[in-house]
Amino acid sequence: MFHRIRTLIIKELQTLLRDPEGRRFLILPVLMQLCLFPFVTMEVRHNTLGIMNHDDGPISAELIQRFSQARAFEKVVWIKSEHELKETVEQQKALLVLRFPSDFSRTLEAGKSPSLQVVLDGRRSTTGQVAMGYIADILQDYSMERAQARGAVTAGSPPLTSLVVRHWFNPNLDFTWYILPSLVAIITTIGALIVTSLSIAREREQGTFDQLLVSPLTPGMIMLGKAIPAIIISMSQGTVIFLAAVFVYQVPFSGSVFLLYGSMFFYMLSLVGFGLFISSICSSQQQAFLGTFSFMMPAMLLSGYSAPIDNMPQWLQTLTWFNPLRHFIVISKDVFLKNIDVYTVAMHVWPLLVITAITMSMAAFIFRYRLG
Amino acid sequence: MSEQHVVITLTEIGKDFPDPANPKGAPRPALHSISAGIRTGVITGLVGPDGAGKSTMIRLMAGLLKPTRGTVRTLGMDPIGEAEALRHRIGYMPQKFGLYEDLSVQENLNLYADLRGVLGEERRVSFARLLEFTALQRFTERRAGRLSGGMKQKLGLACALLGQPRVLLLDEPGVGVDPISRRELWKMVEDLARSGLAVLWSTAYLDEAELCDEVLLLNEGQLLFDGPPKSLTDKVKARCMHVFGIEGNRRQVLKRALDQDEVMDGVIQGRNVRILLRDSEKHPDLARLGAGPDAGIRNVAPHFEDGFIDILGGGPGGESVLAERLTQIPLDGAVVIEAQHLTKQFGDFTATDDVTFKVTRGEIFGLLGPNGAGKSTTFKMMCGLLTPTSGTAMVAGYDLKRSGSAARQQLGYMAQKFSLYSTLSVRQNLDFFSGVYGLYGAKQRAAVEEMTEVFNLAQFLDAAPDTLPLGYRQRLALACAIMHEPSILFLDEPTSGVDPVTRREFWTHINGIVEKGVTVMVTTHFMDEAEYCDRIGLVSAGELIATGTPDDLKEMVAGGTRDDPTMEDAFILLVQQHAEERARTAKAA
Amino acid sequence: MTTPEASQNEPRLPGTGGVRGFMRRLHALCWKETLQTVRDPSSVLIAFILPVVMIFIFGFAINLDSTRINIGLVLEDNGVEAQRFASSLEGSPYLNLKRGTRKEMERAMMDERVRGFVIVMQDFSKRLEHPGEVTAVQVVTDGTEPNIAVFVENYARGAWQSWLGQRSLARGEEMPPDIQMEARYWFNPAAESRNYIIPGSITIIMTVIGALFTSLVVAREWERGTMEALLATPVTRTELLLSKLLPYYVLGILSLLLCVAVSVFVLSVPYRGSIVMLVAVSSLFLLSALGVGLLLSTLLRNQFNAAQAALNAAFLPAMMLSGFIYEIASMPHFLQIVTYILPARYFVTSIQTLFQAGDILSLLWRDMLYLFLAGAFFIGLSFYHTKRRLDD
Repeated sequence: MFHRIRTLIIKELQTLLRDPEGRRFLILPVLMQLCLFPFVTMEVRHNTLGIMNHDDGPISAELIQRFSQARAFEKVVWIKSEHELKETVEQQKALLVLRFPSDFSRTLEAGKSPSLQVVLDGRRSTTGQVAMGYIADILQDYSMERAQARGAVTAGSPPLTSLVVRHWFNPNLDFTWYILPSLVAIITTIGALIVTSLSIAREREQGTFDQLLVSPLTPGMIMLGKAIPAIIISMSQGTVIFLAAVFVYQVPFSGSVFLLYGSMFFYMLSLVGFGLFISSICSSQQQAFLGTFSFMMPAMLLSGYSAPIDNMPQWLQTLTWFNPLRHFIVISKDVFLKNIDVYTVAMHVWPLLVITAITMSMAAFIFRYRLG
Repeated sequence: MSEQHVVITLTEIGKDFPDPANPKGAPRPALHSISAGIRTGVITGLVGPDGAGKSTMIRLMAGLLKPTRGTVRTLGMDPIGEAEALRHRIGYMPQKFGLYEDLSVQENLNLYADLRGVLGEERRVSFARLLEFTALQRFTERRAGRLSGGMKQKLGLACALLGQPRVLLLDEPGVGVDPISRRELWKMVEDLARSGLAVLWSTAYLDEAELCDEVLLLNEGQLLFDGPPKSLTDKVKARCMHVFGIEGNRRQVLKRALDQDEVMDGVIQGRNVRILLRDSEKHPDLARLGAGPDAGIRNVAPHFEDGFIDILGGGPGGESVLAERLTQIPLDGAVVIEAQHLTKQFGDFTATDDVTFKVTRGEIFGLLGPNGAGKSTTFKMMCGLLTPTSGTAMVAGYDLKRSGSAARQQLGYMAQKFSLYSTLSVRQNLDFFSGVYGLYGAKQRAAVEEMTEVFNLAQFLDAAPDTLPLGYRQRLALACAIMHEPSILFLDEPTSGVDPVTRREFWTHINGIVEKGVTVMVTTHFMDEAEYCDRIGLVSAGELIATGTPDDLKEMVAGGTRDDPTMEDAFILLVQQHAEERARTAKAA
Repeated sequence: MTTPEASQNEPRLPGTGGVRGFMRRLHALCWKETLQTVRDPSSVLIAFILPVVMIFIFGFAINLDSTRINIGLVLEDNGVEAQRFASSLEGSPYLNLKRGTRKEMERAMMDERVRGFVIVMQDFSKRLEHPGEVTAVQVVTDGTEPNIAVFVENYARGAWQSWLGQRSLARGEEMPPDIQMEARYWFNPAAESRNYIIPGSITIIMTVIGALFTSLVVAREWERGTMEALLATPVTRTELLLSKLLPYYVLGILSLLLCVAVSVFVLSVPYRGSIVMLVAVSSLFLLSALGVGLLLSTLLRNQFNAAQAALNAAFLPAMMLSGFIYEIASMPHFLQIVTYILPARYFVTSIQTLFQAGDILSLLWRDMLYLFLAGAFFIGLSFYHTKRRLDD
């Protein structure tokens, strides 16, 4: 039995690697994504800040100076009229526009609180919000400095309290530390699914699947013969990304390689389950491709990578439990950065096992049914 | 017959394609310097095995390919330069029909009528004429995808005939069509030719060639023969013989006959052995054939295939190197394949209805039947690819439902289109199929080496199977099916589209294997393949309507004007009788 | 036997050339394409089911407004001020508070049960009573997801400030002057991310169906052998190409309108533009999307490779680089340059503008010009590569 399965695995790997076009499709998308995705972030940088200053006092000038030095902004545009304001925002020439009222400096100097109007583009409200957070930080720092400069701490005034924020595991909130461990999960997903679901469909179309069925191989062996090569291929892809993360992008790896690969194995197994399930209901490569796409697209959107799962409606959150990607993204990220222990990993792995069991048994059932 | 014009002339044409094994290297010629002419008023057969260059030649005439060398003139025009004008005057039916399966018969006709500019009154008249001609009036609303193979071909023909073309190019219209529909289609095309069209009919079936007025015989891109088929068969007329009255094993007789110097070629035909002599005067010594005391030799009508073989210099010898290496399985007369009341339903449709038969060890059993009659459903149930709705399929004493894996270890299986892994090299395919059947280590290596040697595959070991010449691909498929020395061999239309020499070589191996005690079950719609079988099961409309030796079946329809019916006659008559009977019982009920 | 030239003297068949012939053949081909599409379940799936499913997923799954975040509170001090601060945190509509010890919260953050926690230290209330003392509230966030960490920080800061303000008010203290920010979100006053995510996702959906469709239909003709039959008829290259564009263009517009209708009527995204502009912009975008797909399938001629290439060349770039979730301005410059050649980039801004801001022609014209150029480029290229023979 061992030799027969080994034969199947060798055949599958030879099929995938013999043809140069096939080899290219296995490695090029991985490299392309590895080069592009780490730079696509939710961070706000290099944006344009619009300033509409009706105030001629020193404070607005000082603040504008500080804003323009912030990392979020690269360019400042000066706006003089309402008409220009409208044009700037409508045509997205600036991410946000700060409008200083004419009495801004005077009000503040008189010990009152002036207000600063921020006009944001509702078509990019999230980015705007993040940028506004930076502005708020700058304003707060400025107020503190002013207060300290004036020696505000006198008897009877309130004690100084401050909020001390610590970002654990990623002190500078470096986005690449988040993206690369997630990519280990995301990019390998495509490989594992395509290899399983499309290879069976291709064998069906070429008639070689019948050859397997008339041989003494049992359905279990055939499924294993599809599963193991897919796991080998996608884990090799995962290794490429892992190495790039650690050595090229310098993401600190604090956890255990054994735990990462152990859980990656179970993740791949669950994907193979889906791949086999998809291929069990499809008879052509085209259908298999549509099936794979219909699974992969929601799996990526509902993984928590693009948007937090906590924000989804409850019923959708429940549904994401069946998304293997959701579980493995967390494992990969947390093994990388948090050095989670085996119990915590196990907590995220058991849903993968349940998913595998469900999809595999459905696939086996449908394969049998279609034979009968 | 009306006056005949040459409407297509080929002058020294050649066509090269990039070598799939080596795309950057020198291109591979698909056609070598061919000169020929096609005339109106006749059917010109473009005959040759798969890969001989038939489609390439037709596409050159239709302006779909540009010749690498030489010139083509179709209706006096350059098919590439004057493509637009030419396309209004030729009807072309590609191999896969060119029909839209999601469209109905009428919609397909409408489409092609619009594309060819058949409008107004002319359109109405053409539709009426073509629908009547093809007997498709009742099916105008039916989707093309749901038509039978024969009806698809007729519709494809109707579409190609719109706009009254002067030239009709038909690329393998006989493929996937059972003999009954094939005869109808032929009749239609013949009428067209008589009305003054130039018709080119390409085919891999050599028996179709005999019906053509003119034949262009292609093999490996070379034109082997150009002229009326009779002038080819006449050459071998006096050299075709039947060895009749054989007592004992006719396979042994064939083997011995092929070893005689006087014999150029031989096949089994029912209970007789048909041989082609090198010289009409030199008969082989009957005693050396071991055919028994009552055996005799008589002259029979030649076939086109004999002429083809003659050009190729004769068939292969009678010895199977493969069989020599197999271990003898004792012929104990045991029943090794058994179908008991096999029934298979797909929804409301009964594909196979209560089929029962037995095959004993060392027998060749053939399943013969029209397309969609249930022959391949039955075959698939017997090798475990389908589970019967009711009834049992027993193979080598195992019930396939219960102990499939053990039974399958005993099987060898060769699929219709030689389903090998095109993504693997020849060596990798051999390794794979031996490994799957449980061979490993030294034993596996020995088996692979043996097959490489027996089938002479050494030079191709690193090539992809698709790039192999057809004959070698066939050998490889057989090697993969037989490596684990199965006691039962399933063959699904094993030699369709193969040249006659390769087919003979294949059957030499099969005959040899059977002599070693292997049981063979084969599906076919090739009549000469059916002749090799010990017994045939004729399947029609899901039922097994007759079983018996090839000669038994022929005798069933003998009588009247048909004193010597062919296998094809038997097939057609038995199926028609059965259909009539069913119609009668249906009416009565 | 006569010479072959004899046949040349035949009269030309009726209705062959000219505009009428062109229109008739084009109509026949388009009608055929339409029938095939309507009868093929996979095209119905691609045109109508996939878009609706996708828009629902985008609508529900991608919410960047972080409505509620789980955070922990470690209250080591039981004083009045500590309690007040805690209730200020609890009062935040954005936070789901879990109380526990420092150890428990650390564990919970490890397990992803909380995204961060706030620690109020033992002598917090006591120290507050002593002027001049410095006290601190500590916020620990889970930095492994930087976005959420920022949200945790901001929300905690908000709660902290509101506690400070209330405290000052209660004690009749004068707050040090502070600069108030007044945010105005134009076009989207409640700053709901779904209002621009959902329109943006229509871009992705259209890219996908445009690419899938064309990759499917051209390859299908080749694989089923019908292309060969068509090539042997008087059909021209232009007719062939147009027949692959027009029906799917109409289908694309239909599924686009379906997407817009679902967004407006089911997902309640406001739409402020005119239908005319919507159709105009979408038409140009669809042509470029179909053009890309057509080009890939014309070049690859194999359904599987075409679909896979379409996925890599159309879907992923549209998703990541069109600016619909990820801000283009924030990308490194080399990536920004890449985005300029993506038709999706222009459609994202136009459709978001149409939904939220209305017909801002100055912006739409510019995008339409780019889309037109992209469409013309890709379709032109596929025209160039469309074969009229099997071997050229």
